[in-house]
Amino acid sequence: MTKVSMRVNGRPVSAEVEGRTLLVQFLREGLGLTGTHVGCDTAQCGACVVHVDGRATKACNVFAMDCDGAEVATIEGMAAPDGTLSPIQQAFQDHHGLQCGFCTPGMVMSAAALLDENPRPTEAEVREYLEGNICRCTGYHNIVKAILAASGQPVAVAAE
Amino acid sequence: MYAFDFVRPTSVADAVAALGEADAQALGGGQTLIPALKQRLASPSTLVSLGAIAEIRGVCLDDDGRVCIGGGTTHATVARQAAAHYPALAAMAGRIGDPAVRNRGTLGGSLANNDPSACYPAAVLASNATVITNTRRIAADDYFQGMFTTALEEGELITEVRFPVPQAANYQKFVQPASRFALTAVFVARFADGVRVAVTGASEEGVFRWTEAEAALSDSFTPGALAALSVPADGMIDDLHGTPEYRAHLVRVLTGRAVAAAG
Ligand SMILES: Cc1cc2nc3c(=O)[nH]c(=O)nc-3n(C[C@H](O)[C@H](O)[C@H](O)COP(=O)(O)OP(=O)(O)OC[C@H]3O[C@@H](n4cnc5c(N)ncnc54)[C@H](O)[C@@H]3O)c2cc1C
Ligand code: FES
Ligand code: FES
Repeated sequence: MTKVSMRVNGRPVSAEVEGRTLLVQFLREGLGLTGTHVGCDTAQCGACVVHVDGRATKACNVFAMDCDGAEVATIEGMAAPDGTLSPIQQAFQDHHGLQCGFCTPGMVMSAAALLDENPRPTEAEVREYLEGNICRCTGYHNIVKAILAASGQPVAVAAE
Repeated sequence: MYAFDFVRPTSVADAVAALGEADAQALGGGQTLIPALKQRLASPSTLVSLGAIAEIRGVCLDDDGRVCIGGGTTHATVARQAAAHYPALAAMAGRIGDPAVRNRGTLGGSLANNDPSACYPAAVLASNATVITNTRRIAADDYFQGMFTTALEEGELITEVRFPVPQAANYQKFVQPASRFALTAVFVARFADGVRVAVTGASEEGVFRWTEAEAALSDSFTPGALAALSVPADGMIDDLHGTPEYRAHLVRVLTGRAVAAAG
């Protein structure tokens, strides 16, 4: 066991971990941050996407010890402390960007990384950026729409 | 995943020393190795992370105009920082896997692995690049030695790769959408002294040069120059995504598209 220290959603944390402890295990089992989901555990689905030093990262495919000293952001850090949703989260709600919600934490974190890099992406750029995020439910259209809306671009309003 | 010790040296010298231990293995971005560890296809006693070694990260130009990329540089960094120097290389790196894979996966890891469907081997071979390790320099033509096989010795680290910049180049990747690797892909690079064509995702021997196309394109750099050529299906990969004949066909089609796009 070795001590690892990082900041998670702005809060300094440290713990003893094994070499083989994945970041996603450290977050879920060590810190109780179960918003980061494990869909595939094989680096395919993107349900586990978090930010490591600002970059979208599959938390199931990186070791906690390789994040020593890093700044990690998870879905739990997206809403304001009073519970107000972030613009991306609110847009997912407004545009029905989720059904079962299992993929949503990864989708929101990928979307946040995209909008950091590219604040007004085209629809094609949104779709390309989400290549590593798989959704079994929605068919993606409303996810793409939500992200375009969150970027401040006009989109058709969902039918009531 | 079996248990292992984890070390995170901050210099190449310390990493090489740590790799001298029995059953120690280097960890680049982990995008290939971590899934392999989970499947118990690899069981090192010690993992030597290269993630804290600043000296093997980054993109720069040397005095001869070659693009020099550190072995620990991520695909995302190459996509951003090589764009001004070698656009076809940057575009290739920017289409590997997906954004999260590109944020961690490294040039050195991709070349050490030499997956028969990986993108970088085609770019390195077509560019006539030089692979630099902690002990020597290896020409691309000597480096790739068949599927998952390279000239690297046990414990040898890729510290840098130097890419001569062609006059024109293009990478055409026919994506296998489930894995996001290349089903088949071709990198064409035109230099003052001739054209190089490297093919990945096709041969059971891994990345290879299509020398007949190189000769034809060196005479006339047009898609039409390939009209009379064909690639034998013998020795091409056969799997549920494509037959050997299909892959052989793709090689010619993609080479033509790469030439047209390189202009
Ligand atoms: C979903 C997904 C999609 C992908 N799509 C593509 C794709 O389209 N095209 C493509 O080319 N690849 C693709 N990849 C593979 C990806 O590019 C990997 O990043 C790459 O193959 C391995 O690099 P790594 O740094 O992650 O190495 P690791 O996984 O850490 O290591 C791989 C091997 O290289 C060794 N190694 C690592 N660094 C060095 C070094 N500097 N010197 C010597 N040995 C070293 C390790 O010991 C190990 O044996 C994909 C991967 C995933 C998970
Ligand atoms: S759980 Fe990490 S990519 Fe699917
Ligand atoms: S909403 Fe169910 S997987 Fe995406």
